[in-house]
Amino acid sequence: MSVNLTLLLVMGVLYAVGIYLLLERSLTRVLLGLMLLANATNLLLLATGGYAGLAPIFNKDIPPTEYNDPLPQAFILTSIVISFAVTAFMLSLIYRSWLLSRADDIQVDREDLRVAKQALYDDEEDSEIPIEVSDFHENNQPAAKRETIPGIGPKKAVQLLSEPAVPHKKPRKDKA
Amino acid sequence: MNVASFAPLAVVLPFLGAALAFVLIRKPRAQRRVSLATLTLTLGLEVWVLASVWTVGPIAVHLGGWAPPFGIVMVADQFSSLLLVISSAVSLAVLAYASGQGAADGEQGGPLSVFHPTYLILVAGVSNAFLAGDLFNLYVGFEILLTASYVLMTLGGTGSRVRAGITYVVVSVVSSLLFLIAIGMVYGATGTVTLADLAVKIGELDSGTQDLLHVLLLVAFGIKAAVFPLSFWLPDSYPTAPAPVTAVFAGLLTKVGVYAIIRTETLLFPSDKFNAVLLVVALLTMIVGILGALAQTDIKRMLSFTLVSHIGYMIFGVALSSVLGLAATIFYVIHHITIQTSLFMVTGLVERRGGTSSIMRLGGLAKLSPILAVLYFIPAMNLAGIPPFSGFLGKLGLLQAGVADGSPMAYAVVIGGVVASLLTLLVMARVWNRVFWRSTADAENPDPVLLATAPDSSGQPSMSALRTSKHVDATEGRFSGENEIPILPKMMVYSTMGLVVLGLAMSIFAGPLFELSQDAATSMLARTPYIEAVLGEGAGTP
Repeated sequence: MSVNLTLLLVMGVLYAVGIYLLLERSLTRVLLGLMLLANATNLLLLATGGYAGLAPIFNKDIPPTEYNDPLPQAFILTSIVISFAVTAFMLSLIYRSWLLSRADDIQVDREDLRVAKQALYDDEEDSEIPIEVSDFHENNQPAAKRETIPGIGPKKAVQLLSEPAVPHKKPRKDKA
Repeated sequence: MNVASFAPLAVVLPFLGAALAFVLIRKPRAQRRVSLATLTLTLGLEVWVLASVWTVGPIAVHLGGWAPPFGIVMVADQFSSLLLVISSAVSLAVLAYASGQGAADGEQGGPLSVFHPTYLILVAGVSNAFLAGDLFNLYVGFEILLTASYVLMTLGGTGSRVRAGITYVVVSVVSSLLFLIAIGMVYGATGTVTLADLAVKIGELDSGTQDLLHVLLLVAFGIKAAVFPLSFWLPDSYPTAPAPVTAVFAGLLTKVGVYAIIRTETLLFPSDKFNAVLLVVALLTMIVGILGALAQTDIKRMLSFTLVSHIGYMIFGVALSSVLGLAATIFYVIHHITIQTSLFMVTGLVERRGGTSSIMRLGGLAKLSPILAVLYFIPAMNLAGIPPFSGFLGKLGLLQAGVADGSPMAYAVVIGGVVASLLTLLVMARVWNRVFWRSTADAENPDPVLLATAPDSSGQPSMSALRTSKHVDATEGRFSGENEIPILPKMMVYSTMGLVVLGLAMSIFAGPLFELSQDAATSMLARTPYIEAVLGEGAGTP
């Protein structure tokens, strides 16, 4: 299979320029990069069809080897249509981004920055618990099982138990 | 003539529905009915196809009567029809959810009127990718679903969505270009793109060319499936989209990438050459993904990271390339589609109820709306892999397959899988503790919507009676309607409930499902049933 050297060189240059532009921060350049990459890929598909031949319109008198392979061209056509649609959509997104932020750059993700800056120490999860919460502590035993203190019957004990608990939270530090 | 011959209708029906929904763009109610009816029909058809393929094996449909390898062929085998059924069921639930949201908030004339047609096109693209019998049709399926997803991702065009949307579009276009390059090279090397034909012809190429094609396809699909280190784009872009959109993306889109990886690994490149690489990648995806989730305080971002992490399990099963590993992967894929989607749907409800999806600003929801607590708890435990649930069964199958493999690398991934599962439980429990369990008073700077109906006002308000008016959150302008709107519309809650129940049903009917997965895995690893279905008898044997 012989291939067209010019096409290959053009394809290589398009890929190089396309990737260079894709890595820019400016959105318009990124879009241009994508368009160049899509065109380079179309050339690649064209090259897979082999050397140029006759248009693939069937004629009994022409041997099959004379025709060009139509399939890669069908691929290219599909790919052109798709990249056309995506380019139009990207342009509208870039315009919208320009309207919103007055900049042609990729904006930063605020939530990402916030997550990156947050402290490793989370004072809610790691706080010490100042009062005893063990099951074996008498405050956490059912009233009936408690050691009876002279002068306090079970009724009184239940009443004591149902009183609002002492707040056991460490006072939260004021966050600036 | 088999019912499976009508499988291409799974692609055609949503397209027709999309066209009709587009015509009805000014009539939201009719639009909702059309799209719901379309998806119900499609689901019915796919269940029928699955039932007929279940025992018979792969069935190929030659479109336009052109004999393969020249014509376009669509193949319904057990794996693809199972995925079709699950994806349609999930997308139907999400559509009902979105319809409920639209009906409640009043979307007339808003940008959301393009939601229904675009959504149906997305479903058509997903079905097309699952049914595609050749690489180029797979590419077209991907492009259909991606283009629809670009529109859905940036619905409304707010600043954060546009920012996330641009990253998403650029990354997706680059991955599609890589796929197209791979197709060009495959065609240049073999002269065909039909998968069944390639399965025979790729084996005849010299090993260097094979490796090149293999790696190109793996990278292209790896970006779509969000496999580490190609997963960076996912947690960045998914959380900003509207709740129903994120739910369906999380459930379906990455799984289409996983499907493509499974298909190429089993059919085109059955050699074990890259299995070690895939094992390393699976391990890294699991661990890095879940570590990312640990750092998040936003539920949607956290779920996106767990999504990445759990893709690792699926790659693990593929990399083992044993019947048990592949069967467990298939089971895990369908489990994960359902569970991940229902978690995102519940998160959408939590966001409506609490006004935010940041776990710092939420609290006391177990008391405020117990139904949400139940709807979150079941899929969360399922995702973490707590015993009776399908998540446990899928992981168990994968771990067994890993141990059966016996290589040190497989053991390493088994350990990594257990650790990642444990960390998933930690992450899920953190959300549970903050959002549902602690008291509302502990929430930092809670949204007015959360406090608007604190339980001390007058008993428990029922979920549909719970309403918010415009002045409650006029600061954020979240709801556009003139009148009071229900915070938790019945339709949204019921559709979420439906999906959670589907997830539970998977745990209950895990036996038959796993058998089906095993059948599918056996047939895919044998390759001949697929090749013979497409090319005719005797073509698969070399």
